[in-house]
Amino acid sequence: MNTKVYLCGIEIDNPVIPASGTFGFGKEFAELYDINCLGTFSFKGTTLDPRFGNPTPRIAEFTGGMLNAVGLQNPGVDHVIAHELPEMKEFFHKPVMANVSGFSIEQYVKTCEKLDKEEQVGWLEVNISCPNVHGGGMSFGTDPGCAREVTEAVKAVTTKPVIVKLSPNVTDIVAIAKACEAGGADAVSLINTVLGMRIDLNRKKPIIANKTGGMSGPALLPLAVRMVYQVYENVSIPIVGMGGVSCAEDVIELMLAGATAVEVGAANLVDPFACKRIVEELPTVMKKYHIENLKDIIGGAH
Amino acid sequence: MKQGFFTITENYAMTSSVYRMELEGDTSAITNCGQFVDLRLPEKYLRRPISVCDYAENKLTLIYKVVGSGTEIMAGLPVGTKLDVLTGLGNGYDTSLSGSRPVLVGGGVGVPPMYNLCKKLVAQGKQPQVVLGFNTAEEIFLADEFRALGVEVHIATADGSVGTKGFVTDVIKNLDYTYFYSCGPMPMFKAMEQVMTTSGQYSFEERMGCGFGACMGCTIHVKSGYARVCKDGPVFFREEVFG
Repeated sequence: MNTKVYLCGIEIDNPVIPASGTFGFGKEFAELYDINCLGTFSFKGTTLDPRFGNPTPRIAEFTGGMLNAVGLQNPGVDHVIAHELPEMKEFFHKPVMANVSGFSIEQYVKTCEKLDKEEQVGWLEVNISCPNVHGGGMSFGTDPGCAREVTEAVKAVTTKPVIVKLSPNVTDIVAIAKACEAGGADAVSLINTVLGMRIDLNRKKPIIANKTGGMSGPALLPLAVRMVYQVYENVSIPIVGMGGVSCAEDVIELMLAGATAVEVGAANLVDPFACKRIVEELPTVMKKYHIENLKDIIGGAH
Repeated sequence: MKQGFFTITENYAMTSSVYRMELEGDTSAITNCGQFVDLRLPEKYLRRPISVCDYAENKLTLIYKVVGSGTEIMAGLPVGTKLDVLTGLGNGYDTSLSGSRPVLVGGGVGVPPMYNLCKKLVAQGKQPQVVLGFNTAEEIFLADEFRALGVEVHIATADGSVGTKGFVTDVIKNLDYTYFYSCGPMPMFKAMEQVMTTSGQYSFEERMGCGFGACMGCTIHVKSGYARVCKDGPVFFREEVFG
């Protein structure tokens, strides 16, 4: 039973990757289990300058998932390099995925340039799809021209594989994925959260202070499978699939749709041991479906 | 923090909207008064954070108010139900700074965590005094349990139906105390900020995602920057947040 896959030239022990924004910088989970059992993890979305994020309440839920509008709270790239990365070295000994966000091409470039120099960073995941910030984030990910421009600009200043994280809040995700590929992206990851809203019946106002929030959780799996499947048919770079994954079967389903590796998001927040459990379940579930070598099933549904 | 299964042994209404739930399970991860637990409920995706009212070996007491669909489900759970619970969450109160005669101030559903704190202070040989604030007589709960600990209990009701008419601050103004501990709604903290004369600690409430510091859903501003209510709190020093 072999769970190893190659993600942009780097071999990882298994395709299970906690998604950015649900795993902090790993510390809270390293207190619970040895997180070196993971393929890697994508750390908290980092911007050039520190950000407080949105006012609270930032969280709501629905049948089958949750909504968040954290708004990229993070201490800024310099702090991440000076404090979070050295601390992470103590408990995580594999290449980590650095998740980057910005409000202008210049900010993406400067942040990626700094993180690219860090030895611990294996991949740069460039988030052009955050739905919870205004005047940035998702606006780069909803226009193919902008998506390509950001990708080209980041590629020009970096040496490590660049994975561009895409938004599902578009009419045609294939067009965006193709633009990223044309811009030199080494991979794409999808899907980020889906823009939603809940209204409090007592107050008769939106629950979340930001009014809208990004939906995540099990209800999103079919949307993610469909989008990964469509993108796989139209690009030749690897895909990191995510959206509603909560068990090993979901990982296999996204891989069959075309994902080389799979990120796990909201599940970490309701079950802090979710990723460890998925890693441990994988061999059993592979056996059940007669899969000897996990990398052989990538795109197998086509 | 620990994840484990707890069995409900009692679950009953104390007032028209406040319930008491007794559970059996491994409480070894609970290390301090003022911590909370995070319950997974049937039909709900996110866990529900509830403050610990009291605990002992294998025994957990939660007192909660029905405020929405999650706590409504909790109130309907029969004895014998097994729940997936994260225990030992949050920092809790620092009792080393209390002095000999601290005042404990609980407002509404902020009253339960004061109980375990009070027990601990009494065990340390201190003479805590308790101030409880409610809207009206029918909403009062836990006052007798506090009295049974042998401490002085003052009650304020907004409508004057029991105790002092007004707010907890109307009682506190006339008390002598060495330190304060509080849990309750933000407007109560703001009113307290106008009258408290010593250092103290506030326990904050915020809508949470995970409850253990991963999602940044419950962040508040503190003087040094920002803090997560679930992991850096829920208890913060007065001086960290206000003034």
